[in-house]
Amino acid sequence: MSILVGKQTKVLVQGITGGAGSFHAKQMIEYGTNVVAGVTPTRGGEKFEATGPNGSGRPAVPVFDTVARAVKETGADTSCIFVPPPGAADAILEAIDAGCALVICITEGIPVMDMIKVRKVLETTPTVRLVGPNCPGVITPGACKIGIMPGHIHKAGHIGVVSRSGTLTYEAVGQLTALGIGQSTCVGIGGDPVGGMDFVDVLTLFQADPDTHGVIMIGEIGGGAEERAAKYIKEKMTKPVAAFIAGTTAPEGKRMGHAGAIIAGGKGTAAEKIAALEAAGARVAPTPSDMAVTLQAMMKK
Amino acid sequence: MKIHEYQAKQLFLKYGVPIPKGYPAFTVDEAEAAAKRLVDETKSEVVVVKAQIHAGGRGKGGGVKVAKGGVKEARELAQKILGMQLVTHQTGPEGQKVRRLYIEQGLAMERELYLGAVVDRDTRRIAFMASTEGGMEIEKVAAETPEKILTVFVDPIVGLSAYQSRQLAFGLGLEKHGKETIGKFAKLMSALYELFLKEDCTLCEINPLVVLKNGDVVALDGKINFDDNADFRHKDWESLRDVEEEDPVELEAKHAGLNYVSLDGNVGCLVNGAGLAMATMDIIKHFGKDKGVAPANFLDVGGGANQEQVTKAFKMILRSPKVKAIFVNIFGGIMKCDVIASGVVAAARELGLNVPLVVRLEGTNVELGRKILSESGLKIEAATTMADGAKKVVAAVVAQEASR
Repeated sequence: MSILVGKQTKVLVQGITGGAGSFHAKQMIEYGTNVVAGVTPTRGGEKFEATGPNGSGRPAVPVFDTVARAVKETGADTSCIFVPPPGAADAILEAIDAGCALVICITEGIPVMDMIKVRKVLETTPTVRLVGPNCPGVITPGACKIGIMPGHIHKAGHIGVVSRSGTLTYEAVGQLTALGIGQSTCVGIGGDPVGGMDFVDVLTLFQADPDTHGVIMIGEIGGGAEERAAKYIKEKMTKPVAAFIAGTTAPEGKRMGHAGAIIAGGKGTAAEKIAALEAAGARVAPTPSDMAVTLQAMMKK
Repeated sequence: MKIHEYQAKQLFLKYGVPIPKGYPAFTVDEAEAAAKRLVDETKSEVVVVKAQIHAGGRGKGGGVKVAKGGVKEARELAQKILGMQLVTHQTGPEGQKVRRLYIEQGLAMERELYLGAVVDRDTRRIAFMASTEGGMEIEKVAAETPEKILTVFVDPIVGLSAYQSRQLAFGLGLEKHGKETIGKFAKLMSALYELFLKEDCTLCEINPLVVLKNGDVVALDGKINFDDNADFRHKDWESLRDVEEEDPVELEAKHAGLNYVSLDGNVGCLVNGAGLAMATMDIIKHFGKDKGVAPANFLDVGGGANQEQVTKAFKMILRSPKVKAIFVNIFGGIMKCDVIASGVVAAARELGLNVPLVVRLEGTNVELGRKILSESGLKIEAATTMADGAKKVVAAVVAQEASR
């Protein structure tokens, strides 16, 4: 078991003929992900060639002009989006309209105004889940990799990872795997100010998943998502949660890459987030090198 | 991206947000001419000379002065302010040189208010905030007297509704200036909302928004930040950019497709990813805070940089005089470790490596990356984890300081 994605997931890739899209679609297929379709407007009818795990042969992936057609022909249920920023919000809306239950948007640099509109549409389509944008994607190790994370650092197991930062997700996974601890599913929710699933949404799924025994949660300064997660952990979560909050020492008002990571008027500081999480029973790692050992110590109890 | 007050006001004018009459000036002569024009047009000797820098708090820092004696006094004030090193709570102690002025008509005001629009990440809406505490730092009002801030959230499909503007107007007590003032305020809000949407803003702030004796509402100041992600649909932004307000190294990095953040410490950092950048800073400060060691800068090469970009990034770190040691902390996902290693080696060969270099590589093609580094003949200290690397780079800075 796992959350969001698994062996059964049928993936379509929007932007499959582009640079990033084709590169990562190949990597995903090589990992064993069931990629059933690609979508690039005006390129319908083409075939996307790729090899399966360990160089094994497999039929080429059909490319369609629209997501609706790809879903109708292949039964795809999950979309992974590599469309460049000007068309990315439109690509998300197209996937939602075509009936994809899960939409994972990797694209970095989507205007926030576009995402505010997408978010409003999502509120009226409660059965659809969006992960991202500006995120590494979702992986259930050994079964399904959707996104841009390096597959080889993962190991199948029972720890859920949820993070606002891409490379810090890899850091946590690398630490877990080095200790021999596998992961159930790793979800990168992205660092943009307005996006899809937040910590509470993912923690809720981890809490309900019998195969997830503990969680690492990686937050950042800015916004109130970590505080809401702390409230959820306190009220609903019975599984151990180890956390790390990046940006404890970030200077006020300085933008550290993620648009969201700005401390406005002392709100959303690392100190506030850490205090809220610890009060909720989560344990916060003192340095980013201690994420996995912090969780390991909690699991042994 | 930030723009100047006078540029924000030109946008206000375009969308119908009322502003006082005013003209930008780049020289003292231009300032004098602008003042003369204003005195002629308004039949008033009162003009305001305002320094144009991107940082806030200009008034307190002495960058905004009222000339009651007309053109001659305005010229004298312009002479004083233009070229001064203006220090405010947002510029840092070194201040920012004033290169542009805005000469504006003086107005007889009745009340000062605050009105701002921002993207609120918690509700995923545009939020309008209004307060009776105009002219003060809004962060301070939010922290000390949050009940004095009124907020409405705009539904992105419906848009700003008239009732929401009325909620704020009556909340501010504008009815006591006459019922026309309620309508004028609502009209101004609609104009500001339209501007916010069409110009892809992340912040539009009017502080103070003033009510005049005749009941008019006018934007006395204007601050606009644009969403950098939307620059592809705003070709005109390039002409609004004032490169002299930006850190030259940050600008060079931006042109090279890199993300650079300048800080106050002594360790140069090359990383991939914003979260890892912040975490690297945290861990260096964790081990170095009692020893005077902290990051001097960050170069985030992101996920897709090629070898030339990495070389350029590493050269920028090498050239920084503040840097006493360098920490390369990479967890390669899409970014391959051998690309990083080759870029670092190429840059160090070209410029020479005169400070200690600590490298922690992990992830995709890590073995190849380590091989390139070890065969380069460069003096590199390898680290196994982030913590190991941070400890080593802190020790390297301490050892250097001690040997001096």
